[in-house]
Amino acid sequence: MTPELMDQGAQRLAALQEGRARQALQTASGGREASFGRRISEEALDLTHGRILYLEDVSVSFDGFKAINRLSLDIAPGELRCIIGPNGAGKTTMMDIITGKTRPDAGSVFFGSTIDLLRHTEAQIAQLGIGRKFQKPTVFEHLTVFENLELALKTHKGVAQSLRYRRSAAHDQRLCEVLETIALQDSLARQAGKLSHGQKQWLEIGMLLVQDPQLLLLDEPVAGMTDQETERTAELFLRLKGQHSLIVVEHDMAFIKAIAETVTVLCDGAVLAQGPLSQVQADPRVIEVYLGR
Amino acid sequence: MADSSSHTGQADLPQSAPLLAGHARMTWVAALVFLCAVVPLLNLVVPAGSVLHISDFMVALVGKIMCYAICALAIDLIWGYTGILSLGHGLFFALGGYAMGMYLMREIGLDGNYKSALPDFMVFLDWKTLPWHWALSHSLFATLLLVVLVPGLVALVFGYFAFRSRIKGVYFSIITQALTFAAMLLFFRNETGFGGNNGFTDFKRIAGLPIATPQMRMFLFVLTALFLLGFYLLARYLVASKFGRVLQAVRDAESRLMFSGYSPLGYKLTIWVISAVMCGVAGALYVPQVGIINPSEMSPANSIEIAVWAAVGGRATLIGPIVGAFLVNGAKSWLTVAYPEFWLYFLGALFIVVTLFLPQGVIGLVRRLRGQQP
Repeated sequence: MTPELMDQGAQRLAALQEGRARQALQTASGGREASFGRRISEEALDLTHGRILYLEDVSVSFDGFKAINRLSLDIAPGELRCIIGPNGAGKTTMMDIITGKTRPDAGSVFFGSTIDLLRHTEAQIAQLGIGRKFQKPTVFEHLTVFENLELALKTHKGVAQSLRYRRSAAHDQRLCEVLETIALQDSLARQAGKLSHGQKQWLEIGMLLVQDPQLLLLDEPVAGMTDQETERTAELFLRLKGQHSLIVVEHDMAFIKAIAETVTVLCDGAVLAQGPLSQVQADPRVIEVYLGR
Repeated sequence: MADSSSHTGQADLPQSAPLLAGHARMTWVAALVFLCAVVPLLNLVVPAGSVLHISDFMVALVGKIMCYAICALAIDLIWGYTGILSLGHGLFFALGGYAMGMYLMREIGLDGNYKSALPDFMVFLDWKTLPWHWALSHSLFATLLLVVLVPGLVALVFGYFAFRSRIKGVYFSIITQALTFAAMLLFFRNETGFGGNNGFTDFKRIAGLPIATPQMRMFLFVLTALFLLGFYLLARYLVASKFGRVLQAVRDAESRLMFSGYSPLGYKLTIWVISAVMCGVAGALYVPQVGIINPSEMSPANSIEIAVWAAVGGRATLIGPIVGAFLVNGAKSWLTVAYPEFWLYFLGALFIVVTLFLPQGVIGLVRRLRGQQP
């Protein structure tokens, strides 16, 4: 270990002790810079290597069809990553793997540096701080808008806790905030099944927000929304960026253009290209998979 | 920001309501007074010639239907609210009934046809001692425990494996149907020690008191009414809590629920066991009133009937299944006397009509006619 690296590590540790946690804990991609010795706890999210999600060499096949083929991908804390790709590229399967719905045949998936997601169930992964919005808006149709949000609130989710659950003032506060964010404050008592398609999308996004996840996976969040709704969703995502990490799968290129920093193109279950939107759009391989066949 | 946040002030958020309010509370109290005070008076005190007199036949019929209503309420919790259709709830009803029946057989004592301490069917089979599973059957206290524990444990074990394997929908229904059918075949056999196809009958006493008196019949009637009303309150409490909303979430979108951080296994298992125990208690109340229990109570058709009561009354309404149990069984007791050959056609037609035209059942129809939200 070189003296420079040791100095860097010491500086970071000092920064942490002075309470400047953000500076201390943030490193750039790849973890090449020095860090400092620290205790690893089982459930705490470890972001010291500058990555909130790692997928490495992940493969899964269904009846011989390779849906995901040695996919490697990593996401930084606070990043907003857009993922595009033709139908059947493996976008939804990738989300299924991250959220525990599908077990990969090979590869590893880590949340932060220490949490192995392949060892957890769907419910545990959600509790660890990964929220997911489905391609088809999925809400509890017979419950009211308010009850939908209340169920998703970040709290203990065991049977006994639910039986004696009473909302606290902090919960009320959080619910009010999110209701306003998703513009459903006047539809509290409406049955979720009676909302418009776009409103259901927003309700589901609201349910993710009250869950307070570190990482949000959003599968076609603006499908079926009006232009105005799409615009507001873009604003919302840009606001969320920074505090949360977002992975957005979308086909709507105008929407991608409005929010994208880095775009990843998936094709045949692997990363085909990655970079700023303009660069990706100019890539001849990308043009070929979109137009060439 | 400050302005808009006061717009959604916390006063706007729905507050938790009392368990029974207004109309529902009055109806509940009225039912309590009627079943536990008025009916006993009109049956026991008012002389048989009077127009106000309620006949013993009527008391026996309503008592029996109240046991069925408990089953309908139980299946509403698991089917109407949680979306898991069990076609095997007759098994839990029969298990509770058999536990009570074993006690009633022991209470016969030496008054059986063979004047033996063993139940008659065992003497007939030339058995010399009680089988092991009759060990606790002499004690009323142990019997009351078994009425709860046996259906509860069977449900717990079966439910754990079924729900852990994520068996859902029609597959689950078919397995429950197979379960009750298998149990019926087992209970039909003489060597399992449950009286074979005759089951248990000829009961004489409960806790030393004769069983066939009007007073005992009325006591059992009132007890059944109290359990029905009590279970209604329990069900009401369960579905009004956040627990109940999680159950409905299991029904509407289980995957969404999992990705919201809930593990559905515990929820399904809890309501499944509660539902089974309710049926077991109903069976235990049913047997002394009807005077017989045999394996036909476990026949698949019986379990399907329970689901029909709930569907006719209106799923996910609590009161609906109780109404449904009374309507269908009332019609049954009339039709099986007036037109015995048509009863099964009627039941089938009823199920088709309700499925096609009344998805919310009778209660849904009433609410629609009143212009309320279904």
